[in-house]
Amino acid sequence: MAKIKGAVTVNVERCKGCNLCVVACPTDTLSLQANEVNDRGYHYAYMSNPDACIGCCSCALVCPDACIEVYRVKVD
Amino acid sequence: MEIQDIIRPENKVYSAPELLDQNVHMHYCPGCSHGVIHKLLAEVIAEMGLAEKTVGVSPVGCAVFAYNYIDVDWVEAAHGRAPAVATAISRLWPEDVVFTYQGDGDMSAIGTAESIHAANRGENIVMVFVNNAIYGMTGGQMAPTTLVGQKTATTPYGRRVDLNGHPLEITNLMAILDGTCYVTRQSVHTPANVRKTKAALKKAFQNALDKKGTSVVEVVATCNSGWKMSPEKANEWMAEHMFAKYPLGDLKDVK
Amino acid sequence: MKEEVRLMKGNEAIAHAAIRYGCDGYFGYPITPQSEVLETLEELMPWETTGMVVLQAESEVAAINMVYGGAASGKAVMTSSSSPGVSLKQEGISYIAAASLPALILNVMRGGPGLGTIQPSQADYFQATKGGGHGDYHLIVLAPSTVQEMVDFVGLGFDLAFKYTNPAMILADGIVGQMMEKVVLPEQRPRRTEEEIRRQCPWAADGRKGGRKRNVVTSLELESSRMEEINHVLQARYREIEKNETRWEEIDVEGADYLIVAFGSIARICTKAKELAAEKGIKVGIVRPITLWPFPTEAIARAAEGKKGILCVELNAGQMIEDVRLAVHDNLPVEHFGRLGGIIPSPDEVVKALEEKIIR
Repeated sequence: MAKIKGAVTVNVERCKGCNLCVVACPTDTLSLQANEVNDRGYHYAYMSNPDACIGCCSCALVCPDACIEVYRVKVD
Repeated sequence: MEIQDIIRPENKVYSAPELLDQNVHMHYCPGCSHGVIHKLLAEVIAEMGLAEKTVGVSPVGCAVFAYNYIDVDWVEAAHGRAPAVATAISRLWPEDVVFTYQGDGDMSAIGTAESIHAANRGENIVMVFVNNAIYGMTGGQMAPTTLVGQKTATTPYGRRVDLNGHPLEITNLMAILDGTCYVTRQSVHTPANVRKTKAALKKAFQNALDKKGTSVVEVVATCNSGWKMSPEKANEWMAEHMFAKYPLGDLKDVK
Repeated sequence: MKEEVRLMKGNEAIAHAAIRYGCDGYFGYPITPQSEVLETLEELMPWETTGMVVLQAESEVAAINMVYGGAASGKAVMTSSSSPGVSLKQEGISYIAAASLPALILNVMRGGPGLGTIQPSQADYFQATKGGGHGDYHLIVLAPSTVQEMVDFVGLGFDLAFKYTNPAMILADGIVGQMMEKVVLPEQRPRRTEEEIRRQCPWAADGRKGGRKRNVVTSLELESSRMEEINHVLQARYREIEKNETRWEEIDVEGADYLIVAFGSIARICTKAKELAAEKGIKVGIVRPITLWPFPTEAIARAAEGKKGILCVELNAGQMIEDVRLAVHDNLPVEHFGRLGGIIPSPDEVVKALEEKIIR
């Protein structure tokens, strides 16, 4: 059975750390950086559990700052 | 499979819309609904091929700087007057698609007359109405759409009907006007709702192209700073309280 | 349409002139004594001929904001109203001036304050010439004294508005609005094509045609140094307008002992008063400011040289007199004569005022 694998990139400097992507993600792929901040002082989002990503775009859809890009492949 | 094998151009399924200016940071607070709505407008305008025939009219309110973010022509209107400004542009450039972007102060307080009359004349415009039940830009004062009991800077003990009147459902008023062809109420707090709002905006822009009359797309939204909540909590509060007064769905869709 | 000689009211003439000067859009709300402008336009149906848009708005506030929108998109647009309605338009006028947009506004003045009267007045001089709305700005203000000038100033007003990207106002009064006179209507000037609009107004928000960079029309600038710069640009433009566009008329100023300064229809009553005074051996010259802003300060100063006194005749309690006094620096007596509440003085009254207030 084909399996979907996904990944996201976060435009770190645009991210405001609002956490809405983290909440929207159905597979708990994302977290906010606990200590790291971007130039404007926000704890930005990142893939803390990249293996879980299914590339569903939920995070990107709810992101108010359009800083998430989503990639998806089918793995046989 | 390694991450770098997934993150390849051919595998990209979602990226920031090209009409959303990537060179400027949006000034909105973290988690603000405006960003999502801007993104959807940028996507819809690009996907419908309208970038070179769209004029946006931005309001006074938090979205006053919308013109810095979405790469179409813009006119910044005086508070509440966006529908009058849009009326003239639409009539004078009938091939253009003109939309207004208005908050609850702009649409349902100071600009009620302009909004109702533009819709009643059936101007071929799209009115995007962002209702977060509070005045965000000026520091969280009561809006006409503020819920009964809701605390704001000017209703510090909660909105009271005897003092402040009732929450105004202006979108319902719009729906009874003969000039409107499509009146809908949406939200952007979940991925599914974001998709629905995008579809609603698309229909509204198509109506303007088809000269069907006025389309009103209300987006029930959050103002987490004004509400003094986290973005996540604000979404929950909205779903729990706002949707009871402002239920989602189409109020009117003339075929 | 060819040039044509007609007999009509000033308000009707405005409507004909708007069409013939290639106006793209009129947005207005009825108010006495200028409702014939909108009525005549609706009757002439220019959307069937030149393509001009005519719309009765829901209020003066909406109408001026429609003008703001139309002007922001590069079109030649106008509105008209009378005093109370023009007060309502002030917000929009300030935005139009701040955003450096060309537009034409007609005020057929009636007596105030408040709802006042529907009879003629010139009591909006301060409002028109000193700003009216909020902020540091000026309108180009044209004061017609004849129905012919009502027509001519529609063309001139649009020309100046576009030349300086600044709103222009025709400050008429109920007399010239309601009075019927012979008038020469100009030959039809074609409305500008879309290409001509884009050439003339590269800043216009008309839909990013041809994929150009986006145009944004706004009056907002939160960065103080840039806001100051915008103000400097406006002020430099006002100095330029003062230098180039000051207009006035002089009648028998040379050799006169006394001056009357009056604008609009009242200047015509003063012309008759001048003749009556001459019969009594009183030599009077008249200066009629045609642009109330920029005000013909230097012209009045020159005309006042060697004179014994100036009478400012205005249909108000004394407004333009302040600018006249500034022009002549108290070098000679300057007095005001005016009637209020919509009463129009007779030439005899003007002569009597001259004798009592200036000659003594």
